[in-house]
Amino acid sequence: MKIENVPVKGLSSDEYEKTLKISWKPTLQYAWDNGIGIGKYLQSLKEGKILAAYCEKCGRIMLPARAFCEMCFRPTDKYLPVKDTGTVNTFAICHVNWDASRLKPDEPRYIPAVIEIDGASPGQGIMHLLGNVEPAKVRIGMKVKAVWKPADKREGSITDILFFEPY
Amino acid sequence: MKERVAIVGIGVTGFSSVSPSISFKELTYTAAVKAYHEAGLHPKEIDSFITASEDFMEGYSIFDEYVPDQMGAVMRPVQTVTADFIQALGIGCMMINTGRFRTIAVEAHSKASNVKTLNEVKAFALDPVYIRPLKENADFLAGLEMKRFLEETGNTEEQCAEVIVKNKANALNNPYAAHAASLTIDDVLSSPPISLPLKELDAAKPADGAIMIVLASEKEAKALCKKPIWIRGISWFSGQGNPWCRDFAYADYAQLAAQKAFAMAGIANPLKDLDFAEICDEYSYKELQHLESIGIARKGEAGFLTQTGVTKLGGLLPVNVSGGSLGVGHTYEASGGMKVVEAVMQLRHEAGIRQIPNAKTGLVQSWRGVPTATGAIAILSNE
Repeated sequence: MKIENVPVKGLSSDEYEKTLKISWKPTLQYAWDNGIGIGKYLQSLKEGKILAAYCEKCGRIMLPARAFCEMCFRPTDKYLPVKDTGTVNTFAICHVNWDASRLKPDEPRYIPAVIEIDGASPGQGIMHLLGNVEPAKVRIGMKVKAVWKPADKREGSITDILFFEPY
Repeated sequence: MKERVAIVGIGVTGFSSVSPSISFKELTYTAAVKAYHEAGLHPKEIDSFITASEDFMEGYSIFDEYVPDQMGAVMRPVQTVTADFIQALGIGCMMINTGRFRTIAVEAHSKASNVKTLNEVKAFALDPVYIRPLKENADFLAGLEMKRFLEETGNTEEQCAEVIVKNKANALNNPYAAHAASLTIDDVLSSPPISLPLKELDAAKPADGAIMIVLASEKEAKALCKKPIWIRGISWFSGQGNPWCRDFAYADYAQLAAQKAFAMAGIANPLKDLDFAEICDEYSYKELQHLESIGIARKGEAGFLTQTGVTKLGGLLPVNVSGGSLGVGHTYEASGGMKVVEAVMQLRHEAGIRQIPNAKTGLVQSWRGVPTATGAIAILSNE
């Protein structure tokens, strides 16, 4: 279709397809260095433990583990495992996929949640998914526990925990 | 500038081809701790924070959200600018000149090794209609600029090779440098072709590293610091953006920025008034082209000045004693930062074996790289 023939409005999808366009599909790939803090956290997940870091100055037990306390601006003093149980701080019930396409009516809904982990300082949560629970039954304040991948399947990623379920 | 602005602290990690043992946040934290220690300030005493970064190099959209932790800037005013470090430095100077800020921290880092498709990122900067469909490696723009520059000015490929030999040798004296080497002119001339006349050794190789500096108002600087380094002039320009209608013989952005920065700093004769210059040498010929555009060398004479030793350490006007991007490494948005750090060390007379005797005033310059015609210049001085 020539540009002078393009109507001011009301282009049909057929007409739209025929207009000249430039397209480009970028290939962007990154491999971020985990470094000390994230490295220790992910290694620990591989071992079936959630690792926190402790700052002596502010007394916070922080999640995820980190090499420096961003509030006191000093190195953290030690790394320590915390429990794999916690409390739902907030959650959402997702009816769409990652790419915003709709889930079919019979597909299970995703329930991402912030989970405040037992043993860490108040407000120190991690982001994960809830599972083995009816969306309508999820409540803020609900107690949940991590469901881990089998040890030989873990690869040092937050998905080494499959989801958190009520207990 | 209404109020004089000084650098009161610098922090720099070393530069290296890869840095697998440390995350970008930990890398920046390392530089930040050093800078705040030098300035004698806790980050809570910094009034505002700036990071120079480019989302495509970081692999994050809205990278602003990922910078506060490592700068000590949580719940503080932070911004990122998609520009070179020296442009971020200029923004810091303007902020202090508003009278609302006494101290500003400016940061830039490179984790170029983490970008697995660096050439795709470079291609993504090319015009999608008029250049990208040609599907050529972005370095071809440097090749064709080099060709026209040499043709028109009479500078030679041998003189470009002299730049590489000089800068990589200078880098041997710089413990921070990633790509120091002892080379001969023949090594350079026989290096594999990329986009001729551009050869492999003509292009700076990427490096990882982080830089943080602390800026302060005059009053604050005098109270904080025994050796404040003053920013006497600073400017940046974008020239002809469309590469197909550029005058490749000179860099318009560098000429414009130099005129402005020299006027601010009262520099009448750069060759006489400057003690050294840290010039963008992302490609060998760029050092020569920038020297001529800035007015340090006359048109067609930068290669001769290089060949006769005027720009080496001990020469009349040493250029890139740090090793430049060719010797230290190409650090993308942090490129100007590496040069500012070198200038501060020279002006404090803390540059060790590569110290330029009695250095008082220096120029630092950056360029945003292919395909841009954008660059910045700052004039730094210890008086």
